[in-house]
Amino acid sequence: MSAFLTIRNLSAMLRGGTQRVLRSVDLSVEAGEVRGLVGESGAGKSMIGKAVLGILPSAVTVVEGEILLDGKNLLAMPQKERRRTIGAVAALIPQDPLTALNPTRRIGRQITDRLVDILGWSKADAHARALQLLHEVQIENPERVMASYPHELSGGMRQRVLIASAFAANPKMIIADEPTTALDVTVQKQILKLIREMQARHGTAMLFVTHDLGVVSKVCQKLSVLYSGKVVEDRAVSDFFAAPGHAYSKALLAATPKYTDPFASLLPVDEAVIAAVDEEVKAADREWRHG
Amino acid sequence: MLDGRGAVGRKASWRLFLSGGWLVLIALLAVAAPLISPHDPLEQDLFAGRLPPIWMDGADPAYLLGTDSLGRDVLSRIIHGSRVALTVALIAGLATGFVGSALGLLAGTLRGRTDLVISRLVDIWMAFPPVLFAILLIAVLGTGLSSIVIAIVVIDWTRFCRVVRAEAMNQSKMDYIASAVVAGQGRAGILWREIGPNVLPTIVALLTLEMGIAVIVEAILSFVNLSISTDAPTWGGMIAEGRTAVYQAWWVLVFPLVVLFLTVLSFSQLGEGLKDRFDPVLR
Repeated sequence: MSAFLTIRNLSAMLRGGTQRVLRSVDLSVEAGEVRGLVGESGAGKSMIGKAVLGILPSAVTVVEGEILLDGKNLLAMPQKERRRTIGAVAALIPQDPLTALNPTRRIGRQITDRLVDILGWSKADAHARALQLLHEVQIENPERVMASYPHELSGGMRQRVLIASAFAANPKMIIADEPTTALDVTVQKQILKLIREMQARHGTAMLFVTHDLGVVSKVCQKLSVLYSGKVVEDRAVSDFFAAPGHAYSKALLAATPKYTDPFASLLPVDEAVIAAVDEEVKAADREWRHG
Repeated sequence: MLDGRGAVGRKASWRLFLSGGWLVLIALLAVAAPLISPHDPLEQDLFAGRLPPIWMDGADPAYLLGTDSLGRDVLSRIIHGSRVALTVALIAGLATGFVGSALGLLAGTLRGRTDLVISRLVDIWMAFPPVLFAILLIAVLGTGLSSIVIAIVVIDWTRFCRVVRAEAMNQSKMDYIASAVVAGQGRAGILWREIGPNVLPTIVALLTLEMGIAVIVEAILSFVNLSISTDAPTWGGMIAEGRTAVYQAWWVLVFPLVVLFLTVLSFSQLGEGLKDRFDPVLR
């Protein structure tokens, strides 16, 4: 199977900066597959998702590389065409359900608008589709929810609405940007289960950005570990948990608290490991500058 | 939780009721001025000069709030003065709001060079002392209603521009804008549908505040005799005339001042009340 999303040698810089924030990233997601993207805060995980969707903050510029979505090179297209290409096949499940819905518009309109306005569906079709999806995300009274404003729903409900909305236009690729981080633990579990079910039912490829290896083990088949904008490990999740290949991933895995031994003291990532991976990043930078 | 909400709702509605009620009263007075004012506001009666309001000794029951130095009826002049005040409030308020909000929305959503130009313009603009600026403008444009409206727009658009720009930038950072962009929503759609409605409560609150300010600016200009024309009754003009005889006839100064004060206060409270009531984020 060919990859649905391929990122090749992608580097990005802060405008006016000298350091790269993404360092020659290579990554691919095959059709119907879920790839986890883990790393510490600031490692650039969300940045990769945003680069794919064309919503990088204006301070960040891509300096080289290519992003192939459904076989089309996004970065080589004019802005308008890129927007259309992305909108046709990809969608976003955002991090914070509190700010991800427009507070002044009813839920129903927010789901159906893009179907009607951008994809040209009839209003009745869009309405039916929204109802069906809200039903799929296990919202009990979809008609009522569609007539509600976001402030009338709980955080978990809103995240369900956002998941329904992301799947509405039958996307082939979904970027989930830490979709459970802003929720409390009990709701997190339900939402994760829901995302996995929806993904399996619709066969959507997914790039799942998270800092939680526990989440990765539950949802993803492949995994990329990011450190300081550089991919330090890329392998199948089952292999990874059996034996992580990179010293940094090994330390990261060891630092994850375990349910089996809740009273064990937490291990910080060893400084020597950090120094080694920092050195690796610097070496890559040197090579990049001269190459 | 429910109780707290109820209390907020009740307080907001009292505020709305009182401020809205006063403004409706003033609006009615303005519309029906020729029908309900007991005297011609320009009619002088030099034998009835400086008559006190009705509850004081020596009052004439025909002049409820007394007369000024030239024997003109204070009540009738206040009623007729509301016409100028409200016209200026509405037209200048809306025009200022429109110009300032449009520029603020552009700067806040387009960012980049547009933002740079508009923001520097605002900085420069705000370095001018506003009242002096207004007097200067009127001196160039000449007195009259349209000159006052233009002067207020030219001075005060920055108030809207700054706030709306900041609010639009805030909204632009929200995830729902990112989702709209991903879905392929165009710039106009995002501005109209996503950002616009979320900035609207701010604009409405500012608008009512601005109407109050417009009333004050008009009064200031009348006070220095740069408003409509010297003989047309305006609240600011009455205050200016009353000032000269405040020891002999305080009522000529005080009544228009109180009406002016209540009107400006009502405008600002109306804005607050509307925001409390209709802003979905606060609700």
